[in-house]
Amino acid sequence: MKPSAFDYFRPASLSEALALLAKYKDDCKILAGGQSLVPAMNFRLARPAILIDINDLGELDYIFADDNGLHIGALTRHAAFHRRVVDGPLGALLSKVARHIAHYPIRQRGTFAGSLAHADPASEWCLVATALNAAIVAKSIRGDRRISVGDFFNGTFATDLAADELLAEIHLPAMGPGWRTGFFEFSRRAGDFALGMALAALRIEDGIVREARLGVGGVADRAIRLESLEDGLVGHAASPELIDSIAREAWALVTPVGDIHASPEYRRDLIATAVRRALTEAAA
Amino acid sequence: MNWIGRSLPRLEDPSLLRGHGSYVADRIGKAASVRFVRSPLASGAITGIEIPPGATVFTGRDLSDVKPIQPILHRPDYIAIGQPVLPVDRVAFCGQAIAVVVAEDAALAEDIADQVFVDIDTTDAIVDLDTALAPGAAPVHPEAPSNVLVEGRMRTAGFDRAFADAAEIVALDLRSHRQSAAPMEGRGGLAEYDGVSGRVTLTASVQMPHMLRTGIADALGMPESELRVIAPDVGGGFGQKMSLFPEYIVLVWLARKLKRSVAWIEDRRENFTASAHGRDQAFSLRGAFAKDGRLLGLEADLRSNVGAFSCYPVTCGVEPLMALAELPGPYDLGEYGVRSRGVTTNTCMMAPYRGVSRPMLTFSMERLMEVAAKRLGIDAVEIRRRNLIGTFPHRSPTGLVYDEGSYLQAMETAVKAINLPAFRARQTALRKRNRHLGVGLSVFSERTGYGTPAYAARGMDIVPGYEIVDCTMDPSGNVVLRIGSSPHGQGLKTSLAQLVGDELGIEPQRIRVVSGDTDATPYGWGTFASRSMVIAGGASKLAAGQVAGKLKAIAAHLMEASPDDITLENGLARVSNSNRTTEIGALARAAYHQSHKFKGLSPGLHESAVYDPGGTFSNACHVAIVEVDIETGGVRIERFLVVEDAGVLINPMIVDGQIAGGVAQGIANALFEEMIYDENGNLLTASFADYLLPTSAEIPEIEITHMETVSPESVTKAKGVGEGGAIGAPAAVVNAIVDALSPFGIELFELPATPQRIREQLRKAGVSVHG
Ligand SMILES: Cc1cc2nc3c(=O)[nH]c(=O)nc-3n(C[C@H](O)[C@H](O)[C@H](O)COP(=O)(O)OP(=O)(O)OC[C@H]3O[C@@H](n4cnc5c(N)ncnc54)[C@H](O)[C@@H]3O)c2cc1C
Repeated sequence: MKPSAFDYFRPASLSEALALLAKYKDDCKILAGGQSLVPAMNFRLARPAILIDINDLGELDYIFADDNGLHIGALTRHAAFHRRVVDGPLGALLSKVARHIAHYPIRQRGTFAGSLAHADPASEWCLVATALNAAIVAKSIRGDRRISVGDFFNGTFATDLAADELLAEIHLPAMGPGWRTGFFEFSRRAGDFALGMALAALRIEDGIVREARLGVGGVADRAIRLESLEDGLVGHAASPELIDSIAREAWALVTPVGDIHASPEYRRDLIATAVRRALTEAAA
Repeated sequence: MNWIGRSLPRLEDPSLLRGHGSYVADRIGKAASVRFVRSPLASGAITGIEIPPGATVFTGRDLSDVKPIQPILHRPDYIAIGQPVLPVDRVAFCGQAIAVVVAEDAALAEDIADQVFVDIDTTDAIVDLDTALAPGAAPVHPEAPSNVLVEGRMRTAGFDRAFADAAEIVALDLRSHRQSAAPMEGRGGLAEYDGVSGRVTLTASVQMPHMLRTGIADALGMPESELRVIAPDVGGGFGQKMSLFPEYIVLVWLARKLKRSVAWIEDRRENFTASAHGRDQAFSLRGAFAKDGRLLGLEADLRSNVGAFSCYPVTCGVEPLMALAELPGPYDLGEYGVRSRGVTTNTCMMAPYRGVSRPMLTFSMERLMEVAAKRLGIDAVEIRRRNLIGTFPHRSPTGLVYDEGSYLQAMETAVKAINLPAFRARQTALRKRNRHLGVGLSVFSERTGYGTPAYAARGMDIVPGYEIVDCTMDPSGNVVLRIGSSPHGQGLKTSLAQLVGDELGIEPQRIRVVSGDTDATPYGWGTFASRSMVIAGGASKLAAGQVAGKLKAIAAHLMEASPDDITLENGLARVSNSNRTTEIGALARAAYHQSHKFKGLSPGLHESAVYDPGGTFSNACHVAIVEVDIETGGVRIERFLVVEDAGVLINPMIVDGQIAGGVAQGIANALFEEMIYDENGNLLTASFADYLLPTSAEIPEIEITHMETVSPESVTKAKGVGEGGAIGAPAAVVNAIVDALSPFGIELFELPATPQRIREQLRKAGVSVHG
């Protein structure tokens, strides 16, 4: 339960951090909140030779909304979302979701960007980013790169980030007042990773769904956006019958993974239930 | 009676709550760090061990003089298996210590351990009960060709007739999955070498310091006088810390070999893989019921997976033989036929864990009662009423004698408290809204505070049971109580101080209890098996009573009265019906400094007493009300109620704490905790991310009501209470889940009842979530 030996850098500026990343590439790892990396190091599952601690980079500690949506800097902690970071449905959704992430002390350190970079398939933020079609800004000494979320996750603990890149910002599209959201998660205990969860966002006008976002997480090697089911919602009233049929389709569509806490059959059941409950909440 | 019965704040707490507790890891100072290299495989032959050059590493070959750990039961059906301290030729479970590294700090020791390569020719691992018992299964140990290490059987004379007369025979297969006691503090030891005397002091996180000294001294072939064992503050044990583990023997061996101090602080993964497990049991029951619901006879085939080795000193018989002897529990069972086996596998050793077999046997009997009630069309409370023990002393078919208890009354009190008719009305109303609530009952007996006869009956080579207490009052009238028992969080020091305070007429704050140091306490057995309040308490009361007798004699002499007329209270000796008093401190001073005056009395105030009782049965009824989400299989406990009878309560707050903690572990047993091995014997739940302890969010408030049956079997009138919470809760919770799901006709026979298991049953019953 002691990590293997490593060297430690605590750069004072982003450019210094990027230079270190460019120099050490695969030999180094970024240390953000440490809530996933440090346990992995203590178990010696991760043995980085060099840690680059980004916690002094005040320039990455920001969160702001503009007309394009919400910009989340790399040092934004989970706890920042306890309160609504932006007026309207998005701020409310993020605040609700944040409470499902781990426990209070962990939320004080763990970061939104760290969750995405870590790419745990059961991470709530990965589901949020996927379902809401986030964009990710990666920086390196080679320049900036904007990655659409659809291209970002490559599987469990695997992303499109290159060894010299730092995930600098997440950009979530704006959500106008016409949007309503729903989120449902099932986990064994308060604060555990989800065994299955779903996020739904509907823009409803005159009782008719005009736009829809629907995603599930914790069930496969990455969060999944269910675009075909979104299409099935648009142009209709989100009636209990329609929601039931969407949940049924989700049950059939997703091929879940199994582990000691949830067999594939069980996860499949959770997907249907989570989708039904998230949509029901959004439609209410 | 002054202090008994008061919820006195615990004398232990000011230091523990302020962070002044002193655990092994707080004491290691400059000792060298020890790290064990552990087997990555469950079964195989060791063909080579590669040690990095220059490193201080020892293997089984270096320790060839050390005797294996080989606990003995004197019974023909027991096969003794020796556990080598470090194996030379083969490994028997994943996590078994193979070599030991000594380095200047813990990180370095771990680095070196990482570079020790062990070559193992792997063989197929035997992991679960069914594989181990299958005909033709490979033996885990050559000494035990059938993989059965211990087997007990009995059958009463009228057994066949009971089954012939039965109106209904209910057959059930029940399963409890493996668990860990998961104490907050893992194991750990500091072995300090004294260069002058050559003695070693082992400070270790243990429940049985004296037993540890005996076991280590035997293994190393040294006299016990050369070893001192200290149990400092211990962060929980629950039975896991009452066995002799190879690591402690190695620590003492290292200290003597290297002539320096060495320390090992176990990490969580070691605790999960290599400490001790329990509750891996499969029971098959057949209950023969009369038409009126009376249980005429019971047939049981009980299998316990005891892992790779036998725990010292209680042996791998502890689960199977406890199950055999106590299965009938609170029920007045006529005829009984049982076979109980302890089965060895390539998994971590089984050792006692709070409740030992009784959570599973209570679960089994309480499920049996529920199923029988349904089949016979009798109310679940009524069927228990017709079977509970009501006359005392009661003799069970296995020969256990139950002292007086309140089996029926406790259940009636609990049923009344939850207002069953009102609950049923609410349940019906909520079902219409697709909400599924259920209520579950669990009635049980808890055999506690048993002395040597109970252990001798098992055929144990080492027979624990008694406790010795030394009680000394110093010249200022304050008391030191030296006990062989070894409390580790139970608040025993407070309870004993209250007991002795009443005996001597002084405040508990004037009584210091010394435990957990073999140099400073009489030989004793430790704290386990719900025994310390009854047995160490009994011996304390007797020893303090002797000191009180002496004080009264001195007081009588000084105040010219008869000793029978002296009472000790509020720090004073008083002549009854008078206002003549003397301070107890003055009497104590006289006992030491004026001893020439008191003819027939030995100087000083120093008494010793032994207590070795037959045992006393506590009893309780637990009730759970749960809500089940039929779509996720999730369970929320809405209410949990305990009606408990543990005799006279010395400190009610401490008793409530014992019950609440036990219930939390029982709820964990019912819903959360499960040690899972894959088919190769790798532990898949080796961290708290996968081995799920409930948190405060999952545990409801626990409502506790007490009954106080006064038993002649305990000199303090207290019965044991340490394990009951853990014993009763699983059955109550699962019965409640089954009640909630009764519209779907679902029965559950497996612990823990996890969401996916519940959902699987629902799916089979046609409760679909997809249309
Ligand atoms: C008990 C417990 C329960 C938890 N439960 C949950 C839960 O329910 N849901 C959940 O989502 N998470 C949970 N977590 C994980 C937690 O949310 C982590 O904080 C999060 O996954 C990682 O964020 P971090 O800032 O701590 O990253 P770190 O642990 O510091 O890093 C994680 C990985 O991301 C990389 N990284 C971090 N930041 C960047 C960056 N800016 N650019 C490039 N790479 C980067 C690191 O190099 C490392 O590989 C839990 C953690 C614990 C300990």
